[in-house]
Parts: sequence; structure tokens; C-alpha cells
Amino acid sequence: MRIKEHPIIEWKEKKKVSFFLDGKPVQGYEGEPIAVALFEQGFKSISESLVYHRPRGLFCCIGNCSSCLMKVDGIPNVRTCTKQVKEGMQVETQKRES
Amino acid sequence: MKQYCDVLIIGAGPAGLCAASVFVNTNVQVIVLERDPFLGGQLLKQTHMFFGSKEQYAGTRGFEISNILQESVLQANNIHFFKDTVAAGYYPEDGFMLALEQDQKLHHIYFKKVIVATGASEKALIFENNDMPGIFGAGAVQTLMNMYGVAPGKEVIMVGSGNIGLIVSYQLLQAGVPVKCIIEAAPVVGGYFVHAAKIRRMQVPILLQTTVRKAFGKQSLEGIEMVSLDENWQEIPGTERIESCDTLCLAVGLSPLSELLSHMQCETKYVPALGGSVALRNQRMQCTNKDVYIAGDVAGIEEASSAMLEGYIAGVSIAEDLQIATPEHMTLLQKSSQFLQSMRSGPMGEKICSGLQKVEESNV
Repeated sequence: MRIKEHPIIEWKEKKKVSFFLDGKPVQGYEGEPIAVALFEQGFKSISESLVYHRPRGLFCCIGNCSSCLMKVDGIPNVRTCTKQVKEGMQVETQKRES
Repeated sequence: MKQYCDVLIIGAGPAGLCAASVFVNTNVQVIVLERDPFLGGQLLKQTHMFFGSKEQYAGTRGFEISNILQESVLQANNIHFFKDTVAAGYYPEDGFMLALEQDQKLHHIYFKKVIVATGASEKALIFENNDMPGIFGAGAVQTLMNMYGVAPGKEVIMVGSGNIGLIVSYQLLQAGVPVKCIIEAAPVVGGYFVHAAKIRRMQVPILLQTTVRKAFGKQSLEGIEMVSLDENWQEIPGTERIESCDTLCLAVGLSPLSELLSHMQCETKYVPALGGSVALRNQRMQCTNKDVYIAGDVAGIEEASSAMLEGYIAGVSIAEDLQIATPEHMTLLQKSSQFLQSMRSGPMGEKICSGLQKVEESNV
């Protein structure tokens, strides 16, 4: 959900970017991290714990924790809260085997 | 790729940027590593006006301060910024800092002096299902809202009534996101009275001696169970109650990111008043490894204003070591030390000062 009105901040109009989540097309804005774009579109759970497969989502949003690790363009364990979206990027949820 | 510099600065938040600014108009080769694709660190999500004196940018909003700090350092051609680059570890046998750029490119960085200004990470809280999506650190909520214009949810409960808990609650309300209540385990509000008064005027209750017991929901958070605490911080049976919410925001403190300091054999000490493990240092911000300096939250959790001052102090101290310090540098050092002292002389500074006594040793 985007914030529409704010008394202090003005967000500039940004270019839309299309990328893929597990092969399906999703949208984000230029300069926005992958995890933020996914969260905005309702993907709250983007990862899972290794042993018990518990759902994991954004927690720190500044690259400190490892709650948002995903596979990005074939590279596993990318902190998606600091990695910006790019046109055509392939983002995959990481399952235990990867 | 091998990189050489005189001074390596790790982190381009308020502390790192101020430290870098000391080397503007010098011949000192500086490399600044920043994990994010932009500079400014956590200043960028601070939409509130700062307190303090004019020199500390009082009355200016955090993200504006970040722009001011960047101006001079970005012009300097002896200061090189590596953005989107993580300092991954120090290798003492070979004497380089390993840095990873954009998850792909490796750099071996050789340096004479280093300023570690890595900041802090948010603390979590122990309760059942505390790993559920929808449970955030307060800083994450600020990042989502203030940097990217994304609402964290529809109904928020805040845990912690320190300044961060109060300010983020206020910012949520500004963004049009309802805050149901703020819960606080202590019997008193932790933050400044002015912030708490603002929140109360907006009819958000602050529930003291209350904590979260568990979270529940299917794939993400749907509600929490809260419980009242007695004067010994023990749960009072029969006071459990359920509140619905899709967002739980934890504002329960920060902990210094001091791992790199341990890599560089700096002696550290666990000091709860400073948030966790911090390096021993002298008043020049120099650690037990004499080539290593610290500034900002990694030196003990405080505020952005003190991080800036410590950045100047660490920078000038290195300028002295390199024998390039000018009279202007010395004035900056003296002023910064004075401001820092006066900032800490208030009632909120007591905790910091008690912590600093444990790590600031004259023999370091």
C-alpha cells in the first residue's frame, strides 16, 4: 500500500520496473529494493527458515538481519531489502535445497 | 582488485560522512565503504527536526542534514566512495579489508588508518512466534514509510516507549497509518516528555507495565497476546488479552555492530548502558589497536548528533597521527569535544556517561 499524502515528504514520480518473482511478472519502482517492492504488492512472506520452514518477511530493512534472503539472477542469499530492482530481474524464493 | 588508501572509513552515515569531511582539502587518500546504494545511513529516514544547538543542525530534518553533509565530501577528489559495497572482514595476516561490491566484485583494501562507523542493528524481543512476517524493527517501518512511501500495514502496535518508539508512532500517524497503542514494559515512559505528549494528544494510549506474550496469524501477523507486568517485571496471571494488528513494531533498543573491530583485534567489552559489545577507546576515539578508530553508534548507542561529533573527533585524531592537522582541524576537535560533553550533561546523558566510564580508559 502506497502512502498517498504526507505532510513532510514528497516522493518524486519514478519509473516503473518489471521483474519476475518465481517466474511471474511483478512491478516495482526504480531505486526501490526488491523486498520493498514485493511487500508493497502483498508478498509479506518472501523467505523461510532453513529447518522448520517458517515464513519470513522483512524485519530490519537495512541489510543487517537475514530475514529477506532470496535468489537474485541466480545468486543465492542476496539481502533483498538493500538490493534494488532492475528491469527483467529474476527473483526466486529460496527453498531449503538451495 | 587491490586498493590502497591512507584512511579507510567504513559506513557513510552521519559519523562516517563527518569523519570524511575532515580530509576535504588535504592530500590524504580516503576510501569510504557504504553498504547501501546511497549515502547518509539512517539519517535519510529521519523526517523529524533535530534538537540541540545550531552547529548540530537543530531545527533541520534528518534527511536534509544528510544532504548538507554529503555536499563537501562529494566534491573532494581525494575521497572515493564505494557504494553498494559491504566490508566483509579484515584479514590480519595479509593486512587488508575484504570488501564485496554489488554482491560480485571483490576488493582487497590496504590502509594506514581505519575509522569504523558501522552503526548498529535493532534488537529483537523474545516471545512466541517473534519471527512472523508483519513483525518489524522500528527502523524498518521508518525505512518503508519515509524512504519508499510504503505503509507497513493497516493497524500497528508499537512495543517500546523510548524516543524511537514515540517518534516512529508519530510518523506512522503522519503517514495515515493507525497506531492502536504503545506498550512499555517499564513503569515509566522512556522517551522525552514532548514526544509522549504529542502521541497522547493524538489519542494513542501508552500502556505501561505491559509486554507482548505471543504473536499469532496464519502466514503473517494477525494479532498479539499482551500481558501486564508487576513491579518485579513478572507477568500477572489473568491479565492476558488479545489485540488484533497486522503490524508489530519493535522499538526495544539497538546494539552496536562491532564485529569488524573484533577482526582487527580491538579489545571489546559488553556494556549494557551502551547497547552491547563496544570497543575500548581513548577520548580520541582510538581503540586498543592504535590504527583503528570508532565513531557513532558502534561506539555506544546514542544519537545522530553525537555520531557526527564523534566522526569529527576520530577524523581529526587521524589527521594528527598523519601530521597534517591544521589549526582549523584543532578548533573543530575542541568544539566537537565541548558539544559532546554538553550534550551528555543532561539527564538523558547519565546512562551514556556511566557506560563510557567502563570503556574510556586513559591507558588505551
